[in-house]
Order: sequence, then C-alpha cells, then structure tokens
Amino acid sequence: MFHEYFLIMDFQVIIDNLPLYLQGLRTTIVLVFASLILGLVLAIPIALLAASKRKWVAALPKAYIYFFRGTPLLVQMFMIYHGMGQFEAVRESFLWVIFQQAWACALVAFALNTAGYTGEILRGTIAQTPYGEIEAAKSVGMSNAQIYRRIILPSTFRRALPAYGNEVIFMLHGSSLAGLITIVDLFGAAKIVNARNFVPFESFIAAGIFYLAITFMIVWGFKKAEHHWHAYLRPRET
Amino acid sequence: MSQVVAYFPLILKGMLLTVEVALLSLLIAILLGLIGAVAKLSKSRIAKAIAGTYTTIIRGIPDLVLMTLIFFGGQILVNNIGEKLGLDYIDVDPFIAGVLTIGFIFGAYFAESFRGGILAVARGEIEAGYAFGMTPVQVFFRITFPAMVRHALPGIGNNWLVMVKTTALVSVIGLQDMVYNAGLAGGSTRKPFTFYCVVAFLFLVITGFSDVGMRWLDKKYSVGVRKA
Repeated sequence: MFHEYFLIMDFQVIIDNLPLYLQGLRTTIVLVFASLILGLVLAIPIALLAASKRKWVAALPKAYIYFFRGTPLLVQMFMIYHGMGQFEAVRESFLWVIFQQAWACALVAFALNTAGYTGEILRGTIAQTPYGEIEAAKSVGMSNAQIYRRIILPSTFRRALPAYGNEVIFMLHGSSLAGLITIVDLFGAAKIVNARNFVPFESFIAAGIFYLAITFMIVWGFKKAEHHWHAYLRPRET
Repeated sequence: MSQVVAYFPLILKGMLLTVEVALLSLLIAILLGLIGAVAKLSKSRIAKAIAGTYTTIIRGIPDLVLMTLIFFGGQILVNNIGEKLGLDYIDVDPFIAGVLTIGFIFGAYFAESFRGGILAVARGEIEAGYAFGMTPVQVFFRITFPAMVRHALPGIGNNWLVMVKTTALVSVIGLQDMVYNAGLAGGSTRKPFTFYCVVAFLFLVITGFSDVGMRWLDKKYSVGVRKA
C-alpha cells in the first residue's frame, strides 16, 4: 500500500527538465568555485593577522572570524542582497551596479563567509606549528618572512587539508541558499521544476542526488590530495 | 533607532520561536543520534547499513533541499494518505515540519559525535557492568551513556551551534522566526540592513549563552576526572 503514495514517482518530469538542472549544476559549480578562490585569498591575511601574538593586531581579524562563524549564512546573504540598497552612498556609487545583481550579492556573501571559516582553520594550524621547526629555521638564520614562506605556510596548508575539505562541502551546501534570491542554481532549478509541475519529491530528490554526487567527488578529491600531500605521514610500505 | 525599538518586540517574539525550534530539534537529534550511534556500533549488518546510509545521505545533501523536500513533499504525502482514508484536507504545520527536518538532519551529525564518545569509554567499565549482571540496556544508561557524554561534549557543542544557525532556514517555509520578522520589519521601514544586523547580533547572544551552558555541562560531566 505504501508504494502507491511514495515509491512510484514520475521521473519523466526530471528527464524533460534535465537541461534546466544542468544549467543549475553549472551555476552551482561556478559560484562555489569562485567563492572558494576569493575566500581563500581573503583568508590567508586574516589567518596571519589573527595568529599574531600582538593582541591589537589579532583583535580585528578575530572579530571578523567570530561574526562570520557565529551568524547564519542566510542572514549574511540577506544583509547584502536586501540590505545594501538601504545606504544612499552605495546606491549612488558604482557599487550599486554590483549589488543590484543577485549573483554578485551571493558571491560576495559566500566569499566573505568562507573567508571567516577558512581563516579560523588556517589560524589554528598556524598556531599549532611545532615550535622546533621555527627554532630550526631561526638557527639557520632565516628572516621572519622567510620562515613564514618556507616553513610555516607550506606545513600549514598540508595540515589544514582535512578541515578545508569539510569547509568545501559546507560551502557547496551553503550555496543552495542562492536559489532563494532568484539565482537558478541546482536548488533554484528544483524550485522552478516544482513550481511548474507540482512534483516536490521528484524535483528536490533530483537536486539532492546532484548535490550528493558533487559531495562524493569532493570527498574523493580530498582523499587523493591527502594521499599526495600527507605522503610523509603514511606508514612505510613493505 | 526608534524604529528598531518599535519593532524589537516582534524580533524578540521571533527569537523565542528560533530558540523553541532549536531546542525541540535538539531533543529529536539527540534521540536519533543515540539510536544511530548504537546501530553503527552494533554487530547487526542491517542496522549498520541503515545507519550508514542515513548519515551519508544526510551529510551529502544541503539542509535547505532536505527541508523543502520534507515540507512540500510531506504535504503531498499527507494529502494522498488523507484522500485514501477519506479525511479532510490536512495542512502540514511548518513548525512541526521544521523541527522534524532539523532534528532529522542533525541526528546524523550527533550519531557521529556519539559514536566517537562511545568508542572512548573504557572497555573494562562496560565489562564490569556485565559482570555485575546488568542487562545491555542497564549498561548503556548507567555506564556507557554518562561516561560517553564527556567525550562527546565538544562535538555536541559544535553541532548545537551549527544547528542554531540552521534554524534560520525555517523562515523559508514560512515560520515566523527572527529572520522572517526582520524581513518584515526591514521591508516596512526600508531599513533591512539594520534589522538583519539586529538579528545577527541576537544569534551571537544565543551563541554566547550556549558557551556558558557548555562550560557548565563540561564541568558536570568531568567530575571525577583529574586535570593537570
């Protein structure tokens, strides 16, 4: 009896709307990729400043991290998408061209958000650099900049890899919020298909399968990357 | 500023709903998490497979997609069943749908935390329980559970904070939480940025109180553990 209500679904609708889903897939991937790149570029200086031992240097980046990790991405996105028009200075400057477009608002919100999370991941790994390595670098006469470039940062990126993999998945899932502000990403495509045909199960499950597939690919990719970059941690093959 | 004061009661009303949704979801998530963790550690292959599928699927799909799926799909399911049984049209309550969805999602995350916690409990303590003739259920509630909470607490704390933020999504299915009300207030005063800032600040307040609560719980469950 159960299958009459639940299991027989009409996936013909999904096949008919496959081009729309693929368009959404492309938007999702571009949006996530661009946000991650921008976020990483922002996160490196944030992490370096937040890891500083001088309290007044670390205060501002730490507040940034605290705000973006402590409030929902949805609220951050609405602050930019709905909120920026509140300021006359924004409306009358070139910025308005940017903030009038939904995808730009989503991109800015996502990039700032992932910069906060990535900044905290990197700050943690910078702070945990074994002190012996830094002492060794000092004893061979490296300058501070050299120590960062040659010792701290390369090892930081390696050790941050597993946590960053989680952040990438988190960003992928967070990107579905873009569908709420008129962007046709995967979730937006599912919303359109549902609204046109009234097939919530089929439309959202199809989007879910796409997200699941991307998630698996990210997990697989990071496994490969860890295999490569953490090669020195592997037990020796006999 | 006066506009913020005027709309503040509305926002606070929304905050109350946010906290209600979060706490009720927490209850469901802990229950599902315990079941999931026990299933993952059980010897039964079927239980393991079900729990594994549950956590993998939930953690691979965005919360927003799951929430709309359960809310809109659940409505159709209820309609169809109601039709067959000859009942009147039943409206799916967004509050129940929201709480169930968030509880269902975070049950998967809690299952992982609890699994790690259970694995950290000293095997000898559990064996000692059996040696006294306790049943498996007694062993779980008298020994494994209290000893496991201490190890699982950091994970539980993190999940709780993520969960509080996830409750913002219930505004999407029409629940009047503080994000929804901030949207209303921002729309009618034409100051959306101000009101979303207020909401962001209130989320930080909830986070702050949670930190205090977590520290209290940590102390309570670490009684009898010596720290350097």
